[in-house]
Amino acid sequence: MGTVTMAKALNAALRDAMADDDRVVVFGEDVGQLGGVFRITDGLLAAYGERRCFDTPLAEAGIVGFAVGMAMSGLRPVVEMQFDAFAYPAFEQIASHVAKLRNRTRGALSVPIVIRVPYAGGIGGVEHHCDSSEGYYAHTPGLKVVTPATVPDAYSLLREAIADPDPVVFMEPKKLYFASADATLPVTTEPFGRAVVRRPGRDATLVAYGPSVPVALEAAEAARGEGWDLEVVDLRTIVPFDDETVTASVRRTGRCVVIQEAQGFAGVGAEIAARVQERCFHSLHAPVLRVSGLDIPYPAPKLEHVHLPDVDRVLDAVARLQWDDQPDPRWLAA
Amino acid sequence: MTTTPPAVRRASPRTRRAAAPPDPARALLPSPQPVRLLDESGARIAVAGYPEPPTDSLRELYRRMVIGRRFDLQSTALTKQGRLAVYPSARGQEACQVGAVMAVRDTDWVFPTYRESMALVSRGLDPVEVLTLLRGDWHCGYDPAARRTAPQCTPLATQTVHAAGLAYGEAQQGRDTVALAFIGDGATSEGDFHEGVNFAAVFRAPVVFFVQNNRYAISVPLSRQTAAPSLAYKGVGYGVASEQVDGNDPVAVLAVLTRAVAHARAGNGPFLVEAHTYRMEPHTNADDASRYRDGAEVEAWGGRDPIDRLETHLRGLGVLDDAAVAAIRDEAEAFAADLRTRMNAEPTVDPLSLFDHVYAAPTPQLVEQREQVRAELAAAAENKEVAG
Repeated sequence: MGTVTMAKALNAALRDAMADDDRVVVFGEDVGQLGGVFRITDGLLAAYGERRCFDTPLAEAGIVGFAVGMAMSGLRPVVEMQFDAFAYPAFEQIASHVAKLRNRTRGALSVPIVIRVPYAGGIGGVEHHCDSSEGYYAHTPGLKVVTPATVPDAYSLLREAIADPDPVVFMEPKKLYFASADATLPVTTEPFGRAVVRRPGRDATLVAYGPSVPVALEAAEAARGEGWDLEVVDLRTIVPFDDETVTASVRRTGRCVVIQEAQGFAGVGAEIAARVQERCFHSLHAPVLRVSGLDIPYPAPKLEHVHLPDVDRVLDAVARLQWDDQPDPRWLAA
Repeated sequence: MTTTPPAVRRASPRTRRAAAPPDPARALLPSPQPVRLLDESGARIAVAGYPEPPTDSLRELYRRMVIGRRFDLQSTALTKQGRLAVYPSARGQEACQVGAVMAVRDTDWVFPTYRESMALVSRGLDPVEVLTLLRGDWHCGYDPAARRTAPQCTPLATQTVHAAGLAYGEAQQGRDTVALAFIGDGATSEGDFHEGVNFAAVFRAPVVFFVQNNRYAISVPLSRQTAAPSLAYKGVGYGVASEQVDGNDPVAVLAVLTRAVAHARAGNGPFLVEAHTYRMEPHTNADDASRYRDGAEVEAWGGRDPIDRLETHLRGLGVLDDAAVAAIRDEAEAFAADLRTRMNAEPTVDPLSLFDHVYAAPTPQLVEQREQVRAELAAAAENKEVAG
């Protein structure tokens, strides 16, 4: 047991996967000599050589399309998109080929690739470096969308992503890269499709994923002072989605707040809220609420704190969960 | 008054004798005019560097082109009868469609677009499986892994990058596979074309990029795609050897593609070929070509018919006579008749198969949706029985 950062855990996962399977190749922009702008691929070139870890031309559609072809030749590419918003040029390759090739060919071809996307904000990044783009991928059938919130999950989920027979968009919350925890690697946590109750509670369920999980945990801690005992569910994988764990939690608590850093409209949180009310209507004492980023382009660094869901905003939402069985005054205006 | 001119202006004999450094771009450039080994009447032209392919190959090329055209005409007819949802014809492009696939081995990979149905049939794929996409049964009817042929690609130019990745991956694993990527003139404007060519060049991947310039991207003429003197010039900027060829000259197409494939297989990196050809039919049956090109132009291209040219050449060589031509035509008719019969059968596609290949194993949500559709279908079947 020792203190490990999420960045180190991701690096270890890549290193171990490459050691275990020589079909695994890692490539992208600056992933070789530099070790990636966040150092996630640090040392892989030295350890495994140019054939297994290499820099590419600066072209994201090219990187993902090249990975598709390499996967067709029997390899297992793990590619890095340097930042969330810089992955957009690859979107056609992802949506039209990566996601669909298995389906188009009735299983004759598959695309077992991992597309690593450092995402979301909270790091003071200038524009185009802080997007929460998980919704685009989650809305695309054929992709798995994974986002760790803890150090052991970072290791285990990335190993599982690389071993998975389907393409995985692996969303790494940038602001958690250098958060550390006591962990022993290698480690195997719960598999894809399984959400985890990070903190049990009786009064309401906070559903979170990736960068919003620490916010939810902090809010749950603060809520104790207000007399609320909150449960926190960490989704871990957005696709496949674990209805069972989320539903069981909300049926127990009767109240639910969904937290996401991404802008709210038509987002993953909206899907979760809809699923919860479809499945838990008779257990609910209040409408399912969402706490999300604002419906604005990601703000400049000095204003990102206004945009990001924080503990106060989560507690405000919890306070509106009709504890006195009174309607939410916000919806009563004429 | 006398002046002495500055010495620097005078080139010394030594300087004049020194050879200019070799221009690395020159070796990559295509021929200034498209390579042509048969003129429009089918008479042979000698061109240095391009020996005539073996006569047996040319006879086979002729045979496959005749069958390919018959397949194309049949497919257009099937579309008019409502058997196909849509058909993008390649009539007029037979030399390109057949010549290119004849230049590669069965173990090589082909990356076709939607217009390559004829090429795939010529590669030996089952025509019914090839037409599955256009009949609307599924997105790809053949087994791409078994046939080493990617699904026909509808998003433009995206397959060029796959070809680069596949070729590189094969080479990395010690196999001498070549990837042949088909692309049209319009798609060379897409970013993925440039990324595919660049990736292949940087990683010296054995890819042949084969551009069939049929002069129109649906309605938009080549002049709106590029200001380059030839699409083959797009190779030099990426360090890729290139050539242009008369795409209605089957002998030249086979000769140039054979050289391109050998170049790639020998480890010299990718090769880019532009074939100048013409689509005799509209973009698809849904298109009206009279809105953007005139009949005189179409007629002029009809005079450069690739099958007629090769037939003239083979007859001149004394390796094709009336009896042989008739036998090949009979074979093409039999091929079309068989295709008609098989396409007239109405296949049923199990709606529940929609859920089979979204993921290797379905998500819980897909299991739920599958059950819902199964119940709907069962209810509908029951209602039909009651009503009947």
